[in-house]
Amino acid sequence: MTAPITQASFARRHLLTCEELTAGDISALLDLADKAADNNRQINKKRDVLRGRTLINLFFEASTRTQSSFELAGKRLGADVMNMNVSHSSMQKGETLVDTAMTLNAMRPDILVVRHHAAGAVELLAQKVDCSVINAGDGAHQHPTQALLDALTIRRAKGRISGLTVAICGDIMHSRVARSNINVLNTMGARVRGVAPSTLLPPKADRLGIEVFTDMNAGLEGADIVMMLRLQRERMQGSYVPSTREYYHFFGLDHEKLARAKPDALIMHPGPMNRGVEIASTIADHSRSVIRDQVEMGVAVRMAVLEAMARQLPNH
Amino acid sequence: MAPAMRKGESGPDEATAFLNARLIDPASGKDEPGGLLVRDGVIADLGGQLRRNAPERARVIDCKGHVLCPGLIDMQVFTGEPGQEHRETLKTASNAAAAGGVTTIVVMPDTEPVIDQVALVDFIQRRARDNAVVHVHVMAAMTRGLKGLEMTEIGLLQRAGAIAFTNGKASVSNARVMRNVLLYAKDFGALIVHHTEDPHLTEGTVMNSGEVATRLGLPGVNKAAETIVLERDVRLVEITGGRYHASQLSCAESLAVVRAAKARKLPVTCGVSINHLTLNENDIGPYRTFFRLKPPLRSEEDRAAMVRGLAAGDIDVIVSSHDPQDADTKRHPFAEAADGAIGLETLLAAALRLHHNGEIGLLPLLRAMTANPAKLLGLPSGRLEKGAPADLILVDLGQPWVVDKAEIRARSKNSPFDESKMQGRVLLTMVAGKPVYQYGGAERA
Repeated sequence: MTAPITQASFARRHLLTCEELTAGDISALLDLADKAADNNRQINKKRDVLRGRTLINLFFEASTRTQSSFELAGKRLGADVMNMNVSHSSMQKGETLVDTAMTLNAMRPDILVVRHHAAGAVELLAQKVDCSVINAGDGAHQHPTQALLDALTIRRAKGRISGLTVAICGDIMHSRVARSNINVLNTMGARVRGVAPSTLLPPKADRLGIEVFTDMNAGLEGADIVMMLRLQRERMQGSYVPSTREYYHFFGLDHEKLARAKPDALIMHPGPMNRGVEIASTIADHSRSVIRDQVEMGVAVRMAVLEAMARQLPNH
Repeated sequence: MAPAMRKGESGPDEATAFLNARLIDPASGKDEPGGLLVRDGVIADLGGQLRRNAPERARVIDCKGHVLCPGLIDMQVFTGEPGQEHRETLKTASNAAAAGGVTTIVVMPDTEPVIDQVALVDFIQRRARDNAVVHVHVMAAMTRGLKGLEMTEIGLLQRAGAIAFTNGKASVSNARVMRNVLLYAKDFGALIVHHTEDPHLTEGTVMNSGEVATRLGLPGVNKAAETIVLERDVRLVEITGGRYHASQLSCAESLAVVRAAKARKLPVTCGVSINHLTLNENDIGPYRTFFRLKPPLRSEEDRAAMVRGLAAGDIDVIVSSHDPQDADTKRHPFAEAADGAIGLETLLAAALRLHHNGEIGLLPLLRAMTANPAKLLGLPSGRLEKGAPADLILVDLGQPWVVDKAEIRARSKNSPFDESKMQGRVLLTMVAGKPVYQYGGAERA
C-alpha cells in the first residue's frame, strides 16, 4: 500500500543538503510525511516499501534521537536496519572516512544514513559509494531531515509555511539545524530571522537569507514561530558566551521574551534541550510548545524520505 | 586665595550662585566672563547675565575672576578596595580626587578579588555611596580574574552599573579572546578599554629600553611592545566593530596607529597618563622607584609627541592612572619595586604645566579631562550646560604651590611630583551641587 504522490515528486538519489531542494521537492516530501504520520498513529505501523532493502545508520558522532528515529522509520517501512557507531571503532584504529565508506559499500547496502562531525564529510562519502546517502548531520553544515520535520510540524500546526515569520534563536554559528531550516523555510516562502549574540553569528549571516537580530526582544517581535537552538556546554564557559546565567538572561526563551511573539506563536526546539539555559523549563512544557510533535514528525519525515528514495533505487 | 563664601538665608534646597567667574566650558569651547547658578544639584542657569547678580536666597560665591569649569573626570584610578585597603580605599581616593578637582573617578577592577562579578560591582557602588565624596564608577573586568582567557558577564555587569570593561594592567595576549570580547561587547554598546603592552616582550623589564636603561644596567622594553598590541587590536576592531579605547599610550608610533584608525572611521580612541605628558625616562635619575610606571616613562621625544598628539586631538583623554603603592612595594631596588604612581591630587596642576609652558591651549587640555571622557563613558557631566550635574571646580590658574607629601590626602604617598613646584590650584570642588573640597578652609564639607 504505497501512498500515491500527489503533486511534484522528490526524485533524487541522495539527500545531502537543503540548499538544492525546490519547493516542489519539499512539498512532495511533506505530503508523503503527512500520510506517514497518520500511518504511525495506527496500531499496525508496518509497511513493505523497503522490504528486502538494507539501511545502514552510520554515525561518526553520538546521537540518540536521530539515529533511533531513522531506525524506526526504516523498520516501519520493512527495511533491514543496521546501526554502526564508528566513533569508537574503526576511526580509532586509524581508518580513513573513505576507507570506511568503501568497506561498507562492499556490504551492498541500499541506503546509508550518515552523521559526521566534519562539514562536507557526508558528501565526500556519497561520492564513493553506490547506494543512496542521507545526510543525518555534517558538522555545522546541514541536517536536512531536521529541517523537513520542522517544516512538517509547522505546516500541520499552522496550515502553511509561506508568509510566516520564523525566529531562529541561539548558536547559529555552529548549527547545522539553523542552516538547514533557513534553506527550507526560505524556499517555502517564510520570513526567517536569526537571533543571537554576535559571537554566535557566522560572518555574513544575513547572506544565508535571514534578518539578523542581536537583541532577542526585537527579534521575537511578532514572530509566528520561535525556534530555539541548543547551546553546547563548551561554548558557555567564556569563549563565545560568558556564562549560562548571562546567556539565559539575554537569549534564553522565558515568558517575558515570548510575550513579544504573536499570542499563538509556536515554540520549537530540535533537542536535546538545556532547560534553564536556552529555554525556561515552563516554556518547554508550554501548551504552545510543539517540541514533542517535532519528535513524532521526525519519524514520519524520515519515512517519507526513505520512501521517496526507495523509488529511485535500482530495480524498483 | 580662598573664595569668599557666605551663607544665604534660605531653606534646605538653597541655590548657590557663582559670581564674577571666568566660565570655561571645554565641550562648547566657551571661555567668557559670567556667573553660574546651581540649584537642586544641577546647573540651573549660567552666562554673562549672572556675572554680578545673584537671585535672592542664593548662597553667593565670589569667584574673583577665577576659572569655573566642569569637574574633572578621571577614567583610570586604581584603589586598594577591596583587598589592599592599606594602600587606598574608595574614601581616601575620593578625598584625594576632590582636592585635585576630580569630581568623577572610574575605579579599575585590579583589586582582590578582581571586579569580575555583579556582586562585586554592587559592593563597590554601595561602598562608594556610603563613603566617597565624588562620583565613583566601576570599570569591570572583561575577562575572569583578568586572566585574559574567559570573558565576563559583560551584559549583566553593565546592567549592574559597570561603565566600561577592561583587562586592567594586563594586556590580553590571546587574539581570539580579544576578538570575541570586542564582538560580544558590541551587542551591548559596551566600551572596551585595553592596556596595550605585549606581556611576553615586557616580561622581566622594568623601564623603557634605550641609553638610560643601558647606563643604569636595567632591563628595558622597546616601545614596540605597546604598538604591536595596539596594531593587533585595531585590526580586531576593524573586523568586529566593537568600541575600543587604548587606556594609556606612551609613544609616537602608537599615536600614528590611532590616527590612522580614526582616519578610517573606526571606533578607536585613546588616553594618556599625566605622567607620560609631563615626565620622561630621565626623571628616573638615581633609581627613583616612584617613576617606575607601566607603561614605562619614555624618551623626551615621545613625551613631546604625546603633547602634540593631545593638542591635535589624536589623544582623547588624560588620566591620572592613580596607582597607590606603599613603602612595602616601592622601597626596594628599582628592578624589584612595584609599578605605579599616585596622581589624583596633582592631575590638574601637572596638566596646567603644559598650558603655562605654552605647549597646549587651556581648552583642549581641559576637554581631555572633562567633555571627552564624559562622551566616551556616556556621562551627563563634563560640561557647563543648563541641566547638567553641578560637578564644578573653581581654579586659580596662577597660584603657585609646592607638592608636599604631608598634605597628600591619598593613603599612599608615591607621587612622582613630590616637592615639585606647581602653578594652579583648585580652590573649590563641588559635586552634585555640594562643596566637597575648599582650599584653605575646612578641608571637607
